[in-house]
Amino acid sequence: MKNKLMAISATAAVSALMLAGCAAPAAEEGSGELVFDVPDVPMLEELGEPEGQVDIIAWSGFVEPAWADTFTEETGCVVNRRVAGTSDEMVQLMRTGDYDLVSASGDASLRLIVGGDVAPINRDLIPNFGDDIVPGMQGQIYDTINGNVYGVPIGRGANILQYNSEVVTETPTSWDIVWEADSPYAGQITAYDAPIYIADAAVYLMYHQPELGIQNPYALDETQLEAAVDLLKQQNGIVAEYWADPVAQITSFVGGTTVAGTSWEILRKLAADDRMQGTLPQEGSTGWADAWMISSQSDAPNCAYLWMDYTSSAEVNGAIAMNFGMAPANGAFCELNDEAAAHCEEFNALNEDYFENVWYWTTPIEQCIDGRTDVKCTSFQDWTNAWATIKG
Amino acid sequence: MTAIATPPTAPSSAPAAAKSKPLSTLLYRHRWMRLVGLLSLPLTWLIGLYIVSLALLLVTAFWFIDPFTSKVIPGFTLDNFVLVFSEPAYVTTALRTLGIALAVTLLSAAFAIPLGIFMAKLASPWLRAVLAVAITLPLWAGYLVKILAMRITFTEEGFFNWVMAPFGITGPGFSLLTVVLTLTYLWFPYMALPVYTAIRQIPVNLFDASADLGARGATTIRTVVLPLLWPALLAGSVFTFSLSLGDYIVARFVGGANAQMIGSIIASNINLNPPVAAAFSVIPIAFVVIYLVVTRRTGALERM
Repeated sequence: MKNKLMAISATAAVSALMLAGCAAPAAEEGSGELVFDVPDVPMLEELGEPEGQVDIIAWSGFVEPAWADTFTEETGCVVNRRVAGTSDEMVQLMRTGDYDLVSASGDASLRLIVGGDVAPINRDLIPNFGDDIVPGMQGQIYDTINGNVYGVPIGRGANILQYNSEVVTETPTSWDIVWEADSPYAGQITAYDAPIYIADAAVYLMYHQPELGIQNPYALDETQLEAAVDLLKQQNGIVAEYWADPVAQITSFVGGTTVAGTSWEILRKLAADDRMQGTLPQEGSTGWADAWMISSQSDAPNCAYLWMDYTSSAEVNGAIAMNFGMAPANGAFCELNDEAAAHCEEFNALNEDYFENVWYWTTPIEQCIDGRTDVKCTSFQDWTNAWATIKG
Repeated sequence: MTAIATPPTAPSSAPAAAKSKPLSTLLYRHRWMRLVGLLSLPLTWLIGLYIVSLALLLVTAFWFIDPFTSKVIPGFTLDNFVLVFSEPAYVTTALRTLGIALAVTLLSAAFAIPLGIFMAKLASPWLRAVLAVAITLPLWAGYLVKILAMRITFTEEGFFNWVMAPFGITGPGFSLLTVVLTLTYLWFPYMALPVYTAIRQIPVNLFDASADLGARGATTIRTVVLPLLWPALLAGSVFTFSLSLGDYIVARFVGGANAQMIGSIIASNINLNPPVAAAFSVIPIAFVVIYLVVTRRTGALERM
């Protein structure tokens, strides 16, 4: 199945390239051309004495005693963790100025950077941030804004199509079974419950309606957003339920209410149900890439830098990735031992072909991040409003 | 408390007493001091924390938002209200939420009245105690636990479908109906307890008199019990109605694809677009105020 998947995504990648003309992934094209009006926040020049503690906002599973305690022993910095449930919550918390670090996803990072809430990162102070960072996690928006680096990659994952193989007996090659009104599984579909899910509709439209001219699912003008919303409204007719809570998604699949829909590799594993399979269909998908970002108001920058360096090592970065269930940013982890290699294989850590067609979550903003200057793109507020209308 | 403890007959002209209890005397002489002592703490709570914070939130309904950073910018615009009232999906959601709240209230009342009559007038003391515990039992469990329990009950392969399968009945799955059922399950005690208390207070001889005059059970309930019960029903309904109106977690967990409530929209906007969330929160406030005004005219609030 793996090879088939690779073949599919590779073919899809090529065809998408031909269709879209120049929709090369950010890594090659370099979204470094993007220029934003970013507040001038100074970067830490050199490391000083550790402050004794560091306050971190993180996703559940990113900061655990298993590796935080060792860090405290080595550096004297006590780690205070606060778990956040959503990107919006992370942004709100970072604005309070009470925290030093955040494990921001792509849909939060632009907002944090442009809001002046995070500071540029001095890569010289993070020796572990080296050549081992997988290529697909470099050159993302978080490290190419106006030539500055703002994030230290942690890990990434794709939003896969999960299906109950007892009902959906053939591996789906297309997302059409969750989008089209005549889907054989109408009424048993689940969809992700967040405005950012509009990008999933855009990814599908990029492939099936190239005439809309969508180059990047996070850069939608009014017409393109409308097309995506229409597709989502059509999907609403066949959706059994939307999920935002991972537990709800798992019970929905295991309880038989839904048989196909958006998922994460880790949720498929957590369901611990052999019937549940996952695939990355030909259209590609959305996904997420997380990175440590340091607060512009940090009162413990030295401990924060030490933490970013510590967690960038192959061992610790891999431990986080295995704990959370994602592809690690540090590729060297995959060569550490058999267990690590198996994890990397399962989550496609080194498989750039797999991630070639994955569009990492990015905050939609008025400035079109696909480089268009003749139109105004729709902002995340527009998406939020649109999202509420989809569910009527 | 000091003010209450002061004997009202304390002789203000007696210097000896004034020496022994200077504070009491001071409070006795100055009425405003007594009031300040009594009310400063609750009023600080009510005005300072509750009303001011609510007002601050409502003010943002007239403010702008930076589309990039989601930061709120003070100013004055009615756009947020225009959006809330012009978007058909939002209007539908508001009406749906109102419908859900009314349905939950009616369903709770329909369960509470016969149960209350049975418990107060027919059940043995032992059974009454058991039922009283059974009614309040749901209050012991966590809110989310109860919702998840309902969720598991109503999944496709869940308990409900399993039990009903022999009869050829399929459950409602996750739908609007399930939302109403779950909310009724959550808020029923708040209706059942005032109704039960009210029925207990109805003298038994009223039932006897009604029967002596030739009324059957149903007639007695309609002409004797219900009028006496009305204030308690309204009091209970204030709880079931306003609690249902503000809920959104239930819709998220057992609502399926088309059960969005006002709270869902507020929740999805509160971080990204607080002004729209604030504008939207005016709707449930308006509903509850109207409801309270209507209820107040019946005198039900004095019985709460």
